[in-house]
Amino acid sequence: MIAIQESTLLRAEKISMEFVSRYGFLGRHQHRVRALDSVDLEIQRGETLGIVGESGCGKTTLGRCLIRLITPTAGRIVLDGVEILALDASALRHLRREMQMVFQNPFSSLNPRMKVDDLVAEPLRTHTDLAGGALEERVEELLVEVGLGAEHMKRHPHQLSGGQAQRVALSRALALSPKFLVLDEPTSALDVSVQAQIINLLSQLQERHGLTYLFISHDLSVVRHISDRIAVMYLGQIVELASSDAIFNSPQHPYTQALISSTPVPDPDSGRERIILEGNVPSPANPPAGCRFHTRCPYVMDICRRQEPKAHAVGEGHWAACHLLDKAPSDSVIDLQLIN
Amino acid sequence: MNQPLLSVEDLHVRFRTPLGDVHAIRGISFSIERGQIMGLVGETGCGKSMTGRSILRLVPQPGEITRGRILFEGRDLMPLSEDEMHKIRGERIAMIYQDPAAALNPVFSIGQQIFMVMEQHQANSDVDTRQRVIQLLEDVGLPEPMTLYNAYPHELSGGMQQRAMIAMALSSDPSLLIADEPTTALDVTIQAQILDLLITLQRSRGISILLITHNLGIVAETCQRVVVLYAGRIAEQGDVGDIFHRPHHPYTKGLLAALPNPGSRGNALNVIPGRVPSGLDLPPGCTFAPRCEYVMDHCSQHQPGLFTVSPSHEAACFLHEEVGGKKP
Ligand SMILES: Nc1ncnc2c1ncn2[C@@H]1O[C@H](COP(=O)(O)OP(=O)(O)O)[C@@H](O)[C@H]1O
Ligand SMILES: Nc1ncnc2c1ncn2[C@@H]1O[C@H](COP(=O)(O)OP(=O)(O)O)[C@@H](O)[C@H]1O
Ligand SMILES: [Mg+2]
Ligand SMILES: [Mg+2]
Repeated sequence: MIAIQESTLLRAEKISMEFVSRYGFLGRHQHRVRALDSVDLEIQRGETLGIVGESGCGKTTLGRCLIRLITPTAGRIVLDGVEILALDASALRHLRREMQMVFQNPFSSLNPRMKVDDLVAEPLRTHTDLAGGALEERVEELLVEVGLGAEHMKRHPHQLSGGQAQRVALSRALALSPKFLVLDEPTSALDVSVQAQIINLLSQLQERHGLTYLFISHDLSVVRHISDRIAVMYLGQIVELASSDAIFNSPQHPYTQALISSTPVPDPDSGRERIILEGNVPSPANPPAGCRFHTRCPYVMDICRRQEPKAHAVGEGHWAACHLLDKAPSDSVIDLQLIN
Repeated sequence: MNQPLLSVEDLHVRFRTPLGDVHAIRGISFSIERGQIMGLVGETGCGKSMTGRSILRLVPQPGEITRGRILFEGRDLMPLSEDEMHKIRGERIAMIYQDPAAALNPVFSIGQQIFMVMEQHQANSDVDTRQRVIQLLEDVGLPEPMTLYNAYPHELSGGMQQRAMIAMALSSDPSLLIADEPTTALDVTIQAQILDLLITLQRSRGISILLITHNLGIVAETCQRVVVLYAGRIAEQGDVGDIFHRPHHPYTKGLLAALPNPGSRGNALNVIPGRVPSGLDLPPGCTFAPRCEYVMDHCSQHQPGLFTVSPSHEAACFLHEEVGGKKP
């Protein structure tokens, strides 16, 4: 076993998640989707780890597994020294307080029949002994934290704007003073000016409470702004991981390069040559053999069709899984477990 | 002098609702030159889609165009009969949407659908028409067009469905394509493919495109001209360089500064305080005044027209009354 560093909050080892859905007469047919395939990941205390990748690559599934909203089919997850996949129901209930998730569409996570103050009080009623005046005080405090005032307390979700509803969802997530938040596309449904407000709020909250974030988004410029490190996913795997700067300044995986190059920048004179990937994202139900990216890779080689690439360390805390990096001296080919 | 392909003049759209009249579009004017990609950009509800639909006179109930002229290829579309408009929609101006799956008919194959559209508007032999459909599928970059001819919409990915929609839109060789958030539902690598296709079509066919989007990056990289809308009015319009390098309207400046950029990590993003007013309850004077950091006394009583900043550039802001220009 590898010693866990002091600064590590969460460590995931070889987690896989396979969804099996049944269809056809009496559900006789099975459809298997390997949404996550042996993912290793370490998250440091107080950092924001960004997850990027196209729809269906497994970002949400990863987030849900890490806080055990769903149980991965294989692997190990250690939070603060506790192996969370081994926990029983009551221990798990306690764990829930430490880890929370915020979703893209705040309206879907807010009961439309409840008012804002009750929505925020709900987790406190369920998990704490707070009642009466103390409860009210805490609710108010939480709403102020996310920039909402007394005038919002008696509103129903449909009387809120998207940005306000996302603030309510955030105050609910913060109610039990968690350590770790999975933010799943929290600004993707919002307009630019509102997005900026929520991003700033997230940064303030992180600083104030020493929170650790897993920030999932398909918008690279948002992820770059908010993340200390970024993991790039493709079809259920992490293909590159590095500091935010390294991902953008020296992307090593051809998929990372294409993602960055495909993201439009608000500068008409950028004069960038766009890398246009051909073809479509293959289905995770039936991923290509060898390197999963080989069907779209502009640099595809023979070996890519046959053999899955290993992760190569390409710099301090920077690794990528691509056969183009095989040529590097063999000692830089390191087992993922050691470098993560 | 060269006449623009399309001129929208003083367009007003109103929705009659139980809560009152919603003034969704309040006097906007712009034009699109031949062979140009014009971006129409702004936040949710600012009137982008209704502007696009107004051009085709397809504003849904309870909305209606209450004023304005739509000059297209030299004639005003407003007085045309529904039959004449139907012809314009089928032959001269085409439209594609954010959700191609909803726009395609699930019970016909891709090829059949385009075939039927072409049949309505052109008198060619079936063999010729079929050949043209296959050519179109190839032109929009669909692989194996012969096979795809017989494929049904659900068998195609989102990106391929959007290509099929574009093929259908091109089938009558229109001079204007209105694309309403055509890549918003697509992944970024697929979005890049579709934008690349639109640019190729503009260059190879000289088609004009009204590209409606909320994404400023897309506008910067795809369009030559830009109209920035705010709450149903034009805040600013100009060439892409004007808007992105020399923005004059405080709203445009605020929007651009609210975008995360390569150097912004660790810093707070610029925030535009407040929110977009409801179309039911618009402030008097400049609509942006309640949120504007440069607001002057004048702004809350009078609505600014578009002031000329340079020959290619106009901004609806009193700050520029003295700076650059003259009242329109
Ligand atoms: N509950 C589920 N049942 C079956 N398949 C699922 C389920 N959740 C996710 N998947 C599949 O797993 C893959 C990854 O999905 P997801 O994690 O939602 O991706 P992302 O968030 O990156 O868009 C997709 O192919 C998706 O269809
Ligand atoms: N069915 C409707 N009833 C009332 N108002 C509507 C309706 N549809 C649109 N509107 C009004 O028109 C405005 C512009 O809508 P739209 O053009 O769809 O915005 P955009 O495409 O920029 O998001 C909206 O803010 C709303 O006030
Ligand atoms: Mg997701
Ligand atoms: Mg719209």
